[in-house]
Amino acid sequence: MFAELGLAALWLAAALAALQLLAGGMALTDGGRSFGPLVRPVAIVQGLLAAAAFLALIVLFAQTDLSVKLVAENSHSAKPLLYKVAGTWGNHEGSMLLWVTVMGLAGGFVALIERRLPERTMLATLAGQAFVSLGFYAFLLFASNPFARLDPAPPEGNGLNPLLQDPGLAFHPPTLYLGYVGLSIAFSFAIGALVTREVGPAFARAMRPWVLGAWIFLTIGITAGSYWAYYVLGWGGWWFWDPVENASLMPWLAATALLHSASVLAARNALRAWTIMLGVVAFSMSMVGTFLVRSGILTSVHAFAVDPRRGSFILVLLAIYIGGALLLFGLRAATVTEGERFAVTSREAGLVFNNVMLSSILGIVLIGTLYPLVTEAMGEKVSVGPPYFTPMSAVFAVPMLLVLMVGPLLRWRRDSLSRHKLPVLAPFAVGLAAGIAFAARGGIAVMPLLGLALAPAVAFASLLPLRGRSLRRVPLATWGMVVAHLGVAVALFGMACDSAFTRERLIAARIGESAQVGPWTIRLAGVMPVAGPNWTAMEGRLEASYAGGAPVLLRPQGRSFWAPPQNTTVSALHTRWNGQLYTVIGDEVQGSQAEGGRWQLRLWWKPFVPLIWYGGGLIGLGGLLALLGRVFADLKRIRVRAKVAVRREDIAAVKAGGRAGR
Amino acid sequence: MSDPTPKAPRWALWLPLALFLGFVGLVIVGLVRPASHDIPSRMIGQPLPRFDLRPAADGLPGLSNRDFAGGRPRLLNIFASWCIPCGVEAPVLAELQRQGVQIDGIAIRDHKDELAAFLARNGNPYARIGADDISAVQLAIGSSGVPESFVIDGKGVIRYQHIGDIRPEQVPMILQKLKEAER
Repeated sequence: MFAELGLAALWLAAALAALQLLAGGMALTDGGRSFGPLVRPVAIVQGLLAAAAFLALIVLFAQTDLSVKLVAENSHSAKPLLYKVAGTWGNHEGSMLLWVTVMGLAGGFVALIERRLPERTMLATLAGQAFVSLGFYAFLLFASNPFARLDPAPPEGNGLNPLLQDPGLAFHPPTLYLGYVGLSIAFSFAIGALVTREVGPAFARAMRPWVLGAWIFLTIGITAGSYWAYYVLGWGGWWFWDPVENASLMPWLAATALLHSASVLAARNALRAWTIMLGVVAFSMSMVGTFLVRSGILTSVHAFAVDPRRGSFILVLLAIYIGGALLLFGLRAATVTEGERFAVTSREAGLVFNNVMLSSILGIVLIGTLYPLVTEAMGEKVSVGPPYFTPMSAVFAVPMLLVLMVGPLLRWRRDSLSRHKLPVLAPFAVGLAAGIAFAARGGIAVMPLLGLALAPAVAFASLLPLRGRSLRRVPLATWGMVVAHLGVAVALFGMACDSAFTRERLIAARIGESAQVGPWTIRLAGVMPVAGPNWTAMEGRLEASYAGGAPVLLRPQGRSFWAPPQNTTVSALHTRWNGQLYTVIGDEVQGSQAEGGRWQLRLWWKPFVPLIWYGGGLIGLGGLLALLGRVFADLKRIRVRAKVAVRREDIAAVKAGGRAGR
Repeated sequence: MSDPTPKAPRWALWLPLALFLGFVGLVIVGLVRPASHDIPSRMIGQPLPRFDLRPAADGLPGLSNRDFAGGRPRLLNIFASWCIPCGVEAPVLAELQRQGVQIDGIAIRDHKDELAAFLARNGNPYARIGADDISAVQLAIGSSGVPESFVIDGKGVIRYQHIGDIRPEQVPMILQKLKEAER
């Protein structure tokens, strides 16, 4: 029954999206003004209906209703409830339903509370949002119906990929989707602004909190996803430049650039066309990423069920939306380009530099991701990996970080570096000192050394905007910037330490034997079988002692799931303040009869590696602080405006009363 | 950034669209030319690895690689009672058996009772069934899932790997492969 209810809700939501598009479009014409008041309520109800459809699918998964094809293909009655629910979005159809749900809810939310822009721009924005949603509704209903029934129902489901049976999965994709799809708001705002030619500071101020909200989720989602890959895949790496990871990184880079250029537009009314274009590009990158992953055109460890028909469908959607938006941009942008001027040494110029560098990194990642496609078109199968991505991104990231150390100190419009001698030179001195200190230790490659030198310098510089100010009176948004920039430095330090100082051992140990990795001594105390709800495992008992201290127990597992049958490794980690010990147990290696079996163990000592994710967390926290700052400021402005209005009324009333009394 | 006035030349405004159209063109080329995602086993042309599996079902012998040295091609089917497509495949295997194909099975991570129920429900096309409780043989012959079938020639050399269930319309193709394996 829930399947039919869900499908009905989905159809209704699609119909309302069509209505929202029509009413919004009509309201922009002279004759159709009366359609205007319809748009906002329709947007809200459309969002709620999409959410209802998604909820219905969650219920079907929680009940393991095997008469629904999607559930039968992706779930199993023996799974723990958490993973049954998480299975809802662990597959193509479910995740696309999550996509339209987030889009619908985001549009509804905007319709509910955004009142700062001229109503015409809002109508165009909401019509744009509905236009994009409509394509994805069509995609769901015609090419990937999540509620399709299966007759006869199978006695048992296929199960969920064991790699995905992890608490991380329950939260990672929804978080990432809130970010990805939240950027659709920026896309629609950009379209709305282009249609009505209303590009200015008010537009940037209205768009910024929405972009910031999506960006926070994206940041947290990428950070969590990186940590999840790190401890689930058992390879000891935290970023693989896999197409799916790149698909999440590209919108993030575009959104980061957009946030910075929007602040220029909001404060100085410059970079108008550029900001609009980034608004289009950010969500376009979300869509391109989804297409690349779902069409199976690139092979990835995250491969979803691949179906070329779906690929063509998404490609048509991409061509309509991205092509359409860029066409509109080409036609209209010339009328909005001219903005305020500024000097080369000014905060605007620093932010422009940041934007150019971020866009370049975006280009690097996009080219690297598409490169296999290019060579395949020429008949050769290759893949580019970290040897391409890491140095090429660094070429642009390093200058960007250098400018980051100075930029926030500069004034808007025009400034001179001579005014800032000490604050400019001090971070460079810190960086140089750190670089020399680490270089003196020897044995560190160029790239990690660069990171180790830059990180302390950026950390120091990121705190400088607070210098000489009363900390209690610093605006929340400025705190946000400081914390986010500090997060970049912290994450960079973790990354550099990971490449510079990681120690790795691969051994085949008999029970009772010990091995050394970095400062750790690790003894294989035993191996015993354990069982979970839908798996059995061989669990290693490792006694690890740091520099001769008291031992801690680690329990890495090699798990065998039986539905579907698949083996995975579950790593065991021990975190200290100065790093993380990472252990994985592999297969038993048959020894001779007398000796007994040996077990493969992979051991890593990774100094300061958790800083990568703490840094990511700080960046997200910075975004949150900035968002709260903006929201509080807006609320305050609304309150003040209301007060002023009340006062005016009072004055008017007094005047009128005086006149009447006379 | 060297130009402090942020006014872009007109053609630059069309650049994003041009780049996007290039991307679409590239992708269409990629979609039209279907890439092959099949991963053929490296084991094709290789002799079977050595294995000796205990009987998985009462009344049927277990399976060893020596059973394939009898001079006639045989079909080796990797399956399990818990695998739904395997149940779908069972009538097709029965049809192959009716046409004179010798079929041996390896049951992956199975229980005796459930396997007996599976055979009772679907019929038994197998001459022998070996029990592979830890997927050791499955991995050794390069199979990544169930069901999969291998055509083994009379000397115990793997000649063909079929991934997924054998569909009714694929029966002639399998028979052809078996015939080729006689040479």
